[in-house]
Amino acid sequence: MHPLAEAIQARFPDGFLSAQEWRGDLAVTVKREALHAIGRFLKDDPAMACDYIVLVSSVDWPDEEERFEVVYEVYSIRHRHRIRVKTRVPEHDCYVDSLTDIWPGANFMEREVFDMMGIRFNNHPDMRRILMPDDFPEGYPLRKDFPLQGKGWRDTFDFLNEGAAS
Amino acid sequence: MAHLEDQRETIYKVDPAHPETRDLPILRTEELLLNMGPQHPATHGVLKVILDLEGERITKSTVVMGFLHRGVEKLAEYGTYHQFIPHTDRLDYVCAMYNNFAYCRAVEKLMNVTVPERAEYLRTIVAEVQRIIGHLFWLGTQALDIGAMTVFFYTFRDREILLDWFDELCGARLTTSWYRIGGVERDFTASLETKIRDFLAYFPPKIDEYVVFLEKNRIWLARTVGVAVISAEDALGYGLSGPTLRGSGVDYDLRKYESYGAYPKCEFSVPVGKNGDTYDRYWIRIEEMRESIKIIRQCMDQMPKEGPVMADVPSVTLPPKDRVFTNLESMIQQFKLFSQGFDAPPGEIYCGTEAHKGELGFYIVSTGGGNPYRLKIRSPSFIHMGAFDYMAKGYMIADAVTIFGSYDIVMGECDR
Repeated sequence: MHPLAEAIQARFPDGFLSAQEWRGDLAVTVKREALHAIGRFLKDDPAMACDYIVLVSSVDWPDEEERFEVVYEVYSIRHRHRIRVKTRVPEHDCYVDSLTDIWPGANFMEREVFDMMGIRFNNHPDMRRILMPDDFPEGYPLRKDFPLQGKGWRDTFDFLNEGAAS
Repeated sequence: MAHLEDQRETIYKVDPAHPETRDLPILRTEELLLNMGPQHPATHGVLKVILDLEGERITKSTVVMGFLHRGVEKLAEYGTYHQFIPHTDRLDYVCAMYNNFAYCRAVEKLMNVTVPERAEYLRTIVAEVQRIIGHLFWLGTQALDIGAMTVFFYTFRDREILLDWFDELCGARLTTSWYRIGGVERDFTASLETKIRDFLAYFPPKIDEYVVFLEKNRIWLARTVGVAVISAEDALGYGLSGPTLRGSGVDYDLRKYESYGAYPKCEFSVPVGKNGDTYDRYWIRIEEMRESIKIIRQCMDQMPKEGPVMADVPSVTLPPKDRVFTNLESMIQQFKLFSQGFDAPPGEIYCGTEAHKGELGFYIVSTGGGNPYRLKIRSPSFIHMGAFDYMAKGYMIADAVTIFGSYDIVMGECDR
């Protein structure tokens, strides 16, 4: 196993689930409860020193019991290494602890995850939609059960009938 | 008359905590909410910022975006990997080539495809030309937003030369789609090589020309030096990248530290700022244009004179175009690659590329089959806007324009 993954496992034996290495990328899967503590460890531990947040994303696996996967990718400027931290969330309890207090840049990226997949973040300072309109009624567009053409919100718009006026 | 007096009463009021001020009228200070955008000439697209003002100082800003959201990530899940290349043009439509490059690199990492040497050089040359175009565009519009109009005409004059060069290269000026998975669409012609060499001789004195316009311009200096300062630690925490991060003194350039293309074979330096203000971010972009010229020159000299420009992996890469028109098997191969796609192995990758705005990354999850299961675009413009509230606090309304100008945002990429 990659030494960084081993360090996380040694520090969080309960929270750590597995580590994958593929095409040179290191990904660590952790328990949702341990995510915030591991994030803090990655930022503050001098051997990790992951001070740069690269990406927050999410993947939808509708057939699996824990449906959503939240993905954080962080980078260390000092050690020049990248770690991807993933955690799984079931649909009926769709909450993850926000990492905005560790990396403030997570604010917008977590809002995007909420907007697109409907995963909510505890202790997030501003949990609103970001790209879709605030009153978007159709749910979360990047979920797999959302059709590509949308659910027909546009069809309910009232249009002026210009021909009738003349 | 009575109406006027009423108004005066609301403007001046007594502070109850200090009875001695009863006779002295106190100027009422009230927060003002200002909507900047969605249609504002300086927002570079359709962006709305709600500013809470105390006088003319910004106390809080709320960014409202998504006006240009087209659901590109959703579209990607319904198309093959090859079909997505033209969508990447429309992300950052000012610098389409670099988006193509970033996307193709990500898919090549997923498919484990190695690009032939000549193609690597061609890619690097075009990417650096695109970087110059991006920085010229930025310099012109940023100076225009701040009030120095002349530079705009000079930078756009030189940008036009390069756009014409793109036109000759691939038939389009902005939405280029010249990169392919595993290589590039076509090789340089002799005329293109002559033109780029002419440009290498022509361009360096022009950079000094722009600098003359700005570096002694008192308005430019007053509007940029010490404006929108962000420390290295904060910049990292907010995920800033590219010149915006390097302006704060962080040496982070993927061309150097996760090198790709022909960059490891070229000598170039990464300019790093000291103060983290708008001026440093401007200075870095100027220096990067000089470095780009160096990189292009080295690539032109080192490049193998001939060789394939597309990897020979028939299950993934497209056949040469001339064979598609004359050979039945090649036509079938081309047709199947576009309609069904290639069979990607299950797995997930993240691949970041140093575009001129910052780190443009693609996170691709594949479950096998011809379509990506999930494709996430890490767009620098979107992430830079996340730091806007923090950076704008305490500055004037006019500085708001400078700040998002200095990120070099393009809303097509921000909203995707």
